[in-house]
Amino acid sequence: MTGYDAPKSIYGPVTDWVTDFDHGDPQYNRHAHAIWAELRDKCPVAHSERYGGTWLPVTHELVREIAYDTENFTSRAVVVSTEIPLDPAPIGGAPPITSDPPFHHEARRVVLPPFSPKKIAEWEPEIRRLCNELLDEMEAEAKIGLTVDAAIQYAQHIPVNVIARMLGFPLEDQDLFREFVHDLLENINLDPQDRISAFERIDAYVKAQIDDHIANPRDDLAGYLLDVELFGEKIPHELVGGFILLLLVAGIDTTWSAIGSSLWHLATHADDRRRLASDPSLMPTAIEEFLRAYAPVTMARLVAKDHDFHGCPMKKDEWVLLPFPAANLDPAEFPDADRVLIDRAENRHSAFGLGIHRCLGSNLARLELRVAVEEFIKRFPDFELAHGEEGVVWSVGQIRGPRALPVRIA
Amino acid sequence: MRIHVDAQKCQGHNRCYALAPELFDVDDYGQAVVIGDGNVPPELVERARLAVANCPEFAITLSE
Repeated sequence: MTGYDAPKSIYGPVTDWVTDFDHGDPQYNRHAHAIWAELRDKCPVAHSERYGGTWLPVTHELVREIAYDTENFTSRAVVVSTEIPLDPAPIGGAPPITSDPPFHHEARRVVLPPFSPKKIAEWEPEIRRLCNELLDEMEAEAKIGLTVDAAIQYAQHIPVNVIARMLGFPLEDQDLFREFVHDLLENINLDPQDRISAFERIDAYVKAQIDDHIANPRDDLAGYLLDVELFGEKIPHELVGGFILLLLVAGIDTTWSAIGSSLWHLATHADDRRRLASDPSLMPTAIEEFLRAYAPVTMARLVAKDHDFHGCPMKKDEWVLLPFPAANLDPAEFPDADRVLIDRAENRHSAFGLGIHRCLGSNLARLELRVAVEEFIKRFPDFELAHGEEGVVWSVGQIRGPRALPVRIA
Repeated sequence: MRIHVDAQKCQGHNRCYALAPELFDVDDYGQAVVIGDGNVPPELVERARLAVANCPEFAITLSE
């Protein structure tokens, strides 16, 4: 199956990226690097009337400044869409990503330990086993001359499987989780009523899983959240549902996009592919460079109060996109910023964000990305795009990565 | 040479621990801590410099 259902915008196609940009237009992610370069030259902070008003800063300096400014910019909503969620600051609907200080700090302390580097490292053998299971199936198909898809048959399965196991949710619900992510993060420019229905559907699922964990207590991440204390008390179940919403949604298409983009790079750069296949010790450095050059996640904020930002009259409740991927390509911050150098040793990239909202799952994402790429090129040292760039389908919205990546295995 | 982590700036990106586990450890929350008194033996100076140069939050400094 190709299965990718590109969202239909209520705003129509973009004709001018400087004054009318829309990250919900399917052309945005496909041409993102060129669009950011154009905006960097013409206006470091672009504005569009879409979604009720959206700002887009594209330099490292400005993205960084907003990421650190929790007074003027609130995280209570982090997905730019036609519908601003009602959940108020400082908690928001999916803590701690939707939370502001001071609540944020306490909420984050609750979920940091299960995602610490040492806890996450324990998952490596399981992730490696899963990757090889997927590769076995692909290899069998490639052997009889079929084209395989590195996004659909490989990348998209890895993070979904791992987070389902961590949370203790049914593995057979993996397709459903991908639907949730598609509804929340890609179908951003639907009629607001359809957005609300999508949220209600996910909330109902999460609530049913919480009820199941209460009836059948077990040692997993959902069980941990029902048991752990926040401000000296067990967390109310509705709030546990918010935490779970974040954990379920945030780790899926983000990591799948990073794996897909890295494999897209290797499919289109034979020299890098051969170099990595012959020198696996270069892998950790190469992974950081893939994270810099193809950072999948653009975050967002809401303007908390009317204020002037470097000459931009920002109004309360306007959206601000925080394109960490664009910051990572800023020539003012990185020498040869537009070149992918897999041995770039000094690489202060911000793929996982900056400041208090550093991606909670960054250690897991990195592990999944490294193991997925390692195992893929170990199994298939030689592969290329099967149908050129035309065959590659890019995602829509704040998470950027290939949704279809047909490759020919040599 | 001595290495230092600013605990206020560190957000747990884990770059230093990955690059120089001889010099840095992480706590249960994933926050970086310097091992021992932070003294950097000559053979690890290059790695310490890399940790400084890769920290997204500018939380690590190296001093004489």
